[in-house]
Amino acid sequence: MTPVQDEVQVAVESESDIVTARQRVRAMAAALGFSSTDQTLIALAVSEIARNIVSYATRGVVTLSEVTEGGRTGILVVAHDDGPGIADVGLAMRDGYSTARSLGMGLPGAKRVTDEFEIDSAPGRGTTIRMTKWRP
Amino acid sequence: MAATILKQGKVLIASIQAALSDRELIELRDAFADRVGRFRSHGVIVDVTALDVLDSFATRTLRDIAYTAKLRGATAVVVGIQPEVAFAMVQLGLSLDGIATALDLEEGMALLAGIEEDDPRAR
Repeated sequence: MTPVQDEVQVAVESESDIVTARQRVRAMAAALGFSSTDQTLIALAVSEIARNIVSYATRGVVTLSEVTEGGRTGILVVAHDDGPGIADVGLAMRDGYSTARSLGMGLPGAKRVTDEFEIDSAPGRGTTIRMTKWRP
Repeated sequence: MAATILKQGKVLIASIQAALSDRELIELRDAFADRVGRFRSHGVIVDVTALDVLDSFATRTLRDIAYTAKLRGATAVVVGIQPEVAFAMVQLGLSLDGIATALDLEEGMALLAGIEEDDPRAR
């Protein structure tokens, strides 16, 4: 996977930044020719992971970049925070599991609507989520 | 706030004009709970036509609005969920189970008018 151009960084420090993050990724997806359905899916995924940052880590950064691989184009979203980290990633990825009185659909949902999804987290080490959506 | 609540007879209508932050959604929920009592409303309509994303928080808040309205004796209808938004919600696993929905404001008003006809409070 190769980055194509300058990345867009969105500092996520308050809940209004969640709106900014999803608007930025939607604009990028639209510029890259993603269908309006895919724009909505990726905006939704970014909304969920940005909210996770605000809910659990207080602050973090969402980085958006255009990537190519084998002739196809996609958007890579990297969300990083130095928050408390996730003790049990397997449990956090399960539908309906939440420690923040939310629906518990955020992480598993974001994984479902993207093509590639990786999560790297451990207590005291923060959390990094990398997800990619390819243009069909 | 990017949402205004209008009163039309026994119905309260919230029209959302732009993307709402979590805090604005909470304000909307609380404003509804208050006004259903103040205006003795029988129905509330939340028009989300302008929203391009309904994420898990927005979905939960819409559910809260609907259940709070119900506990206050009013029926809530969510109207105007756009086709891509609906599809994305299904993909993510978000649902509005048990909450009335309608295609648009007109259909939502018609739905509430139908319920009102059978409502002894209206006579």
